[in-house]
Amino acid sequence: MVQVYASSVLGAPADRIWAVVRDFNGLPDWHPAIAESRIEGNAPADQVGCVRAFRLRDGGALREQLLALSDYDFSMTYAILESPMGVENYVATLKLTPVTDGARTFIEWSAEFDCPEEREAELAAQIGDGVFQGGFDALKARFGG
Amino acid sequence: MVAVTRSTVIDAPVAEVWQVLRDFNGHDRWHPAVAHSELEAGRRTDQIGAVRNFDLASGERLREVLLSMSDRERRFRYAIVESEVPLYDYVAEVQLKPVTDGTRTFWSWSSRFRTPPGRERELAELVAEGVYEAGFAALRARLERSAPPTPAVRTAAPTRSLEGHAAAIDRFGDAGELHLVPVGAPPPGPGQVRLRQTAIGVNFIDVYCRTGYFRLMEPPGPLGMEAAGEVVDVGPGVRHLRPGMRVGYACPPVGAYASVRTMQAALVVPLPDVLDEATAAAVLLKGMTAEFLLHRVHALRRGETVLVYAPAGGVGQLLCQWANRLGATVIGATSTPEKARIARACGCHHVVLPGAESLEAQVHVLTGGRGADVIYDAVGAESFDHSLAALATCGHLVSFGQASGDIGARDIGSLAQVSATLSRPNFAHYTDTPEKVAAITERLFAALRDGTLRVEPPRRFPLTAAAEAHRALEAGETTGALILIPEAA
Repeated sequence: MVQVYASSVLGAPADRIWAVVRDFNGLPDWHPAIAESRIEGNAPADQVGCVRAFRLRDGGALREQLLALSDYDFSMTYAILESPMGVENYVATLKLTPVTDGARTFIEWSAEFDCPEEREAELAAQIGDGVFQGGFDALKARFGG
Repeated sequence: MVAVTRSTVIDAPVAEVWQVLRDFNGHDRWHPAVAHSELEAGRRTDQIGAVRNFDLASGERLREVLLSMSDRERRFRYAIVESEVPLYDYVAEVQLKPVTDGTRTFWSWSSRFRTPPGRERELAELVAEGVYEAGFAALRARLERSAPPTPAVRTAAPTRSLEGHAAAIDRFGDAGELHLVPVGAPPPGPGQVRLRQTAIGVNFIDVYCRTGYFRLMEPPGPLGMEAAGEVVDVGPGVRHLRPGMRVGYACPPVGAYASVRTMQAALVVPLPDVLDEATAAAVLLKGMTAEFLLHRVHALRRGETVLVYAPAGGVGQLLCQWANRLGATVIGATSTPEKARIARACGCHHVVLPGAESLEAQVHVLTGGRGADVIYDAVGAESFDHSLAALATCGHLVSFGQASGDIGARDIGSLAQVSATLSRPNFAHYTDTPEKVAAITERLFAALRDGTLRVEPPRRFPLTAAAEAHRALEAGETTGALILIPEAA
């Protein structure tokens, strides 16, 4: 089991950031790696169990399922169903926590997955630096940080 | 039920913040609302179930129990057991998380509790602002201030000597030989560090150096083997120190009674956050002495009976606290009821005072006729024969000083009366390599962190009054440690 954890501080209140990231179909609006997204079967994007299908900017395609969504905790958990990355049992959580001494937000993005041992370092870097930190950088550009 | 959550971001690595916060009994060292914290007997600071007693700066008292602690999650929870502030069923959680795109730390502090009706808002504000936010501000000031300076300062190549002053002797003799001289600390060469010293320890070994009893230095020159301060710059090849770092040392070569000093960097250790410079100068040499006396000269075991002379003195207080924690029965031999009170506060189970009965007779009564398994004796001439007589069969007499005068010649055959072992350790031989210093200070810092050792504030003298400090030490009128403070440059 490989674990990846990334975190950052964003310069806006948690509810404003949550309004953007809670949309399970909204990644193309803010994440630079995602070109297109749609929810399968015409389900609402905040229905737990719904599946999103994306196309990445580099051409790859993924399917991911929403496992948990909490407006109370500002937290979302999802699993990869299909991807070109070669990971198994991939479950990730994105979570926001207000920083109370100022209008800032602590953002955490973490994942657990299985893969062949020789690919662990490469995949951990790709996910931690590329997907998670890439997303943080885009949110910082939008909200400050 | 009232719920309070406060959080902040501290510009320091998560390990550094956690090192301070995880000391459940150390919050009086950094939190302005806590005047004094003390653990109830028998538990360590990171032991689940430990109860801390707080004297608050506002005058109230509080008892809190540690419910859980995780070094992996960097989180602990605690509850109020008893409080003069009306907070009922109060359970709080402190949690740290790393901010991975940088070296910052996210810190959240939250709690749930009940209050008397109508006081919810007032007490929630007290907890949120008076406790949590005040704590954030205090730790931020402390950790962010000690941040290393910019690389530009670090790489500047200094060529000038740093001017300062020192307390030195021109010949061996009494305290009056100590006088102030100007000194210069040259730029550090390979493997060296240059220090601006802010607190200097005064130890009995300095008296032995001054009188020439120990030939650890030859006059003229400054005395002293212990100091703390700040790194000015480091020479080539020094990796464990950097400018601005708070550091300390307790080791030969002699020459610590100075406001600036250039010395071998390998003997200098970074100070942990729990140790301010004055306390470091008060505790490093004495604490390192206690470490090797209790762990190396004699490896003290649970159940042994130990006799400590001068239990209210600098080394004595540390020996008693540590021996008690190691599970020994501790007997202190002292001279006045006031010192006896201090000895008991430092963990002495019994205290013997001069009286109708001899010391050895009192020790034999306390031990059911057995005697003491190990005796730490730095009194010397006046105590040596009493110590031998107070030893248990196969006991160990550790003679580590002679405050009352030279012990003189003794007949080795007399040791056979109880098959005694006699040791006469010298601090210098336990602390003369970086490996030895690292091992000793690591165990000492752990004992300071977990509350095994608590150090009373040292008595301060200006560096210009070093002679006065020596007189006070030799007169036996002091309890705890003495330090010298150089005037600010």
